[in-house]
Amino acid sequence: MHADPKGVLTGLHFIDGDHAACEGAIAAGCRFAAGYPITPSTEVVERFAARIPLVGGVFIQMEDEIASSIAILGAAWAGHKVMTVTSGPGLSLMMEHIGYAAMTETPCVFVDVQRGGPSTGLPTLPAQADMMQVRWGSHGDYNVIALSPNSPQECFDLMIKAFNLAELYRTPVFFMMDEVVGHMTERVAIPRPEDIEVVPRRWTSRKPGDYRAYEPGEDLVPEMVKAGDGFRVHITGLTHDERGYPAMNPQAQDKLVRRLVDKIRKNAHKLVDVRGENLEDADVVVISYGITSRIAAAAVEEARAAGRKVGHLRLVIVWPFPEPLVAELASRVKAFVVPELNLGQMVREVERVVAGKAQVVSVPHAGGTVHQVEDILAKILEVAK
Amino acid sequence: MSSLAVNVELPELQNPLMPYLRQDRIPHIWCPGCGIGTSLNAFIRALDEMQFDLNKLAVVSGIGCTGRVAGYLNVDSFHTTHGRAIPFATGLKLGNPDLKVVVYSGDGDLFAIGGNHFIHAARRNMDLFVVCVNNFTYGMTGGQVAPTTPLGATQTTMPYGNFEPPFNLPYLADSCGAVYVARWTVYHVRQLTRAFKEGLSKKGFVFLEVLSPCPTLYSRRNRLGDGVEQLKYYKEKSVVKNGADTRDVGLSFQGDIVVGTFVNRERPTWLEAMNEHFSQRFGDRYQPYGVHRED
Ligand SMILES: Cc1ncc(C[n+]2csc(CCOP(=O)(O)OP(=O)(O)O)c2C)c(N)n1
Ligand code: SF4
Ligand SMILES: [Mg+2]
Repeated sequence: MHADPKGVLTGLHFIDGDHAACEGAIAAGCRFAAGYPITPSTEVVERFAARIPLVGGVFIQMEDEIASSIAILGAAWAGHKVMTVTSGPGLSLMMEHIGYAAMTETPCVFVDVQRGGPSTGLPTLPAQADMMQVRWGSHGDYNVIALSPNSPQECFDLMIKAFNLAELYRTPVFFMMDEVVGHMTERVAIPRPEDIEVVPRRWTSRKPGDYRAYEPGEDLVPEMVKAGDGFRVHITGLTHDERGYPAMNPQAQDKLVRRLVDKIRKNAHKLVDVRGENLEDADVVVISYGITSRIAAAAVEEARAAGRKVGHLRLVIVWPFPEPLVAELASRVKAFVVPELNLGQMVREVERVVAGKAQVVSVPHAGGTVHQVEDILAKILEVAK
Repeated sequence: MSSLAVNVELPELQNPLMPYLRQDRIPHIWCPGCGIGTSLNAFIRALDEMQFDLNKLAVVSGIGCTGRVAGYLNVDSFHTTHGRAIPFATGLKLGNPDLKVVVYSGDGDLFAIGGNHFIHAARRNMDLFVVCVNNFTYGMTGGQVAPTTPLGATQTTMPYGNFEPPFNLPYLADSCGAVYVARWTVYHVRQLTRAFKEGLSKKGFVFLEVLSPCPTLYSRRNRLGDGVEQLKYYKEKSVVKNGADTRDVGLSFQGDIVVGTFVNRERPTWLEAMNEHFSQRFGDRYQPYGVHRED
């Protein structure tokens, strides 16, 4: 399906990542957003509030992030594509509803423009320290998808992908920006609506009496309906059976929770989005994502110029982590270098998958600014010896 | 009703109200003498008397004994998270303004953890019908103190008697801007049914407080007898005062209960205000949201 022309500002723009992310959401078909102001994310909803009246939709500034993160779920069950936008402290408040969205399989996008933490931390400065929180932050077992753009252009392009994946997998999708990407202004090309592919909701073709809200399809994802169409669904955050009715027993728990995890795990091969450079002959591979990938790319280039066989793997989809790909690399390279704006989060995934087959070196950074090219370069040269 | 009693009554499928319930979910979880079911019965009667289009009704609950109401009704129903039924309902209503959205939840859910959402939804005049079953306690978790527990009443976390003053819920709703505010008890089934009908017909933020016995926890801890004893208390101590000043309707331990319709006024809903505002600002370029053009 193509994008609704009403939402698409085709042409060349010079805008920051926050604004581009908003345009991506509108182009993707988002017509309901709820949020609560927090730096450095607020511009996304400010632009949405300005744009949506004439596109046709609703923005509401709720009383807090707890409210925002469940108002969008209500709107999703009314049939909308939805998002909320926040940063660290707000993300922490949203955790219960991330679990509720996962449990009720409600398509939704959470935009997290990361800033330094913990707590109020560095409101106006970048970090990438929420990577584990979005994967594991709500209680219980579930699975999510997360993307990490590294430019305003990608804030637009990948936002459309984020919405599409939310619809395909009926799971919360996280859009992991950071303060630098959010506030950096660059050229953003917005395509014509007919060149933007959007995934519609997976509406059921069944009739009311015939439909079971949580009967999974072949890819483990159930078809959806919306309130008001006569299906009389019951949606609950309690463990439920295929009818959606509470089922308080270990069998129902096992069946449901495994499926919630497996619908991402078993489809993970379809959820690989990476950018690889110079991987063919590499002895050393730098793995990075988001803003750090731009610094890492410069470091890799310098190392190449210095004659080192270094490759770069940039994760665009961060969760699910591309396990087979990294495992394959681990079987033929000497070392991995993992720079990130945190004290070592995704590097744990790398270590887990590499499982001792190669050296894994973290290049941690507590946030507040980005890495120096030299810091990453030094680690590359150290392990490439 | 105990599950046994329900099983005995099951053959009576001709009960005209049964189609309103998800019959495959009966027996329900509520204790004998609990008032939640009685309130639900009044709600269903109201729907039936109005011949309400059930496909256009959505019921949203939080968590608690009352929170289970959504799951028993044969309509689109959402059992959300503790305290957050109102913001979920806000998204649902704004997402599809054609729906009548009823929030049905407990006093702890709506006024402790959910209090912030309540006051803001009332301030915005969000078009929601909020029903609070007030049993003066946290039923589901075993009888802890609630923001509605009368002074002096004993609860597990106020073992020596409650020393925190409770909310006067109608006053709170009134002062935050609700367009309709009423209180009844489950003894007042006829009035309660009428209040449900009024609430279902009214546009804007409607608040109905339903006093309801929790014999298992609240009554037992306070040695108030069974459910029937509480109904007797409601009968003897209730005073009907329609239009009463909500400042005067606060409750005390086993004291007088002012019941009635206290507020009934008009104010533009959030959506009406938004559409009006944007129509003025943008003129013909603005297509009012959720309003169907007759073309
Ligand atoms: C975030 C969160 N905190 C606490 C709970 C535990 N909890 C479940 S129901 C409830 C209180 C319910 O009281 P009320 O809303 O008055 O409903 P009642 O059971 O009395 O009908 C609490 C504290 C929870 N489910 N979620
Ligand atoms: S514990 Fe109290 S409120 Fe809950 S079902 Fe039993 S009587 Fe009703
Ligand atoms: Mg209660």
